[in-house]
Amino acid sequence: MTAKTPFFDSPDDLARLVPDGASIAIAKEPSSPFALARALIRRGARNLHLVTVPTAGLIADLLIGAGAVRLVETSGVSLGEFGPAPRFASAVKSGAVEIRDATCPAVYAALQAGEKGQPFAPIRGVLGSDLLARRPDWRVIDNPFSDGEDPVVLLAPIRPDFALIHADRADRFGNVFVGGRHEFKTMAHAARQTLVTVEEIVDHDLREDEATAANLIGGLYVAGLAAAPGGARPAAAPGRYAADEAHVASYAKRARDEADFADYLAAEVFGRTPAAAAE
Amino acid sequence: MSDVRIEERLIHAIAGLLDGSGHIACGVLSPIPGAAAMLAAKRGGGRVSIIGSDLPAYRCDGGVELFDQAGQGRLDAFFLSGGQIDGRANINLHGVGAYPQMDVRWSGAFGSAYLYFLVPRVILFRLEHSRRVFPETVDFISAPGVSAPGVHRPGGPYALVTNLCVMRFDRDRARFRLESVHPGVTVEEVRDQTGFDFDTGETTPETETPPAADLALIRGEIAEAIANPYPKFARAVFGVGAAA
Repeated sequence: MTAKTPFFDSPDDLARLVPDGASIAIAKEPSSPFALARALIRRGARNLHLVTVPTAGLIADLLIGAGAVRLVETSGVSLGEFGPAPRFASAVKSGAVEIRDATCPAVYAALQAGEKGQPFAPIRGVLGSDLLARRPDWRVIDNPFSDGEDPVVLLAPIRPDFALIHADRADRFGNVFVGGRHEFKTMAHAARQTLVTVEEIVDHDLREDEATAANLIGGLYVAGLAAAPGGARPAAAPGRYAADEAHVASYAKRARDEADFADYLAAEVFGRTPAAAAE
Repeated sequence: MSDVRIEERLIHAIAGLLDGSGHIACGVLSPIPGAAAMLAAKRGGGRVSIIGSDLPAYRCDGGVELFDQAGQGRLDAFFLSGGQIDGRANINLHGVGAYPQMDVRWSGAFGSAYLYFLVPRVILFRLEHSRRVFPETVDFISAPGVSAPGVHRPGGPYALVTNLCVMRFDRDRARFRLESVHPGVTVEEVRDQTGFDFDTGETTPETETPPAADLALIRGEIAEAIANPYPKFARAVFGVGAAA
């Protein structure tokens, strides 16, 4: 493994590292890597296998609507208070994307198995659901440590090709501060490579202070890093900016219609819009 | 108290169902269960974790840890909903029609397929009480209401709260029983709007009106707290912004 963390100028440079057909893991909001997702769409990425950790909102709907995704592995895609995810629902219904339905703790457990290099992860629950019936890759065995009957579900590990993460800050050694978002670390550890955008790159070593050192993705895992201030918008970046609710509300409406969605993409992703009218 | 909103009545009713819970968690669902959890905890001294809240008192590691807590039995109550819920308390969060290219596709299971097995008191909540939502049998079982003997299942459905009524679930009989109807609602109306059969007593009481002290809590402190992470709801129902 190379010790040097590659620094890049922009999210578009990072997006070029993700080949078509790659599996990418993206965490739920806040701090979703929107700048990176928009760069992937501008790059014309296709056939991605999107793993949401463990659910996702607008960012998944956007990638799916833009035609970048072939398979979505998720525990839920929804715009939360702003209603259903229109492009996701439409793409699943039409068969434009393949769906691999999961449940939140299964995604975490499978990523943890990936992180630990374990062959599988056992999980409680799920038995008797149609969810299990539709996941032939999930197996049921009897708990070998139980005296009586005790069926449990086994999950294959998840090892995404890329974890895509937006974080608050990184240092010049490639260490990335994730604060309380511990699943960012799980994702980075499980993924083969991690690409990160940050609000800010600082000059001091984040490992010097115990408070930040405890909440870092070590530079060892980071294959690409770029500063992208505002890179989580329209999602929130805690401590920096709030979610842009007006934007999400407008998206929820526009994404219901294919032509409106195409206009949204042109304006918000490709920047081909006439000057935005004051709202 | 004629000026009690339905949301406030439901918050109070759910809080009653939660009494005695030491740790209640609330997911990315409706803010009404979240507010109810806060009320129950204020009355009984319990703890509340709200996934997505930034407020120190309610924040949690909504990722791995909350599920680990459920797995160990450290979580006493949780809320689930469904696009469809049937008479055996099976919930469907996936859609209507034949899977996978369903006629209507919803969001997905979220944590339901796990938490429904492990959390002792799962309260089902849905604001639309209709045959569409409560069919005889769901199209897709995202999480089953009851399990076969031999399946490790300390948890499961405890009650169902809707815009019309409160029902309780009997796990041994795998059936709902009507507990109370909200003011202006009749038992017949609940039957008309429900696609599955359920039990009733000789008489069905009206869902209690929240006492003044609870209302004051709901409209003050709780409305402000629930604005994070439900700003839209807090503005619409209470005219309140998020706490700084």
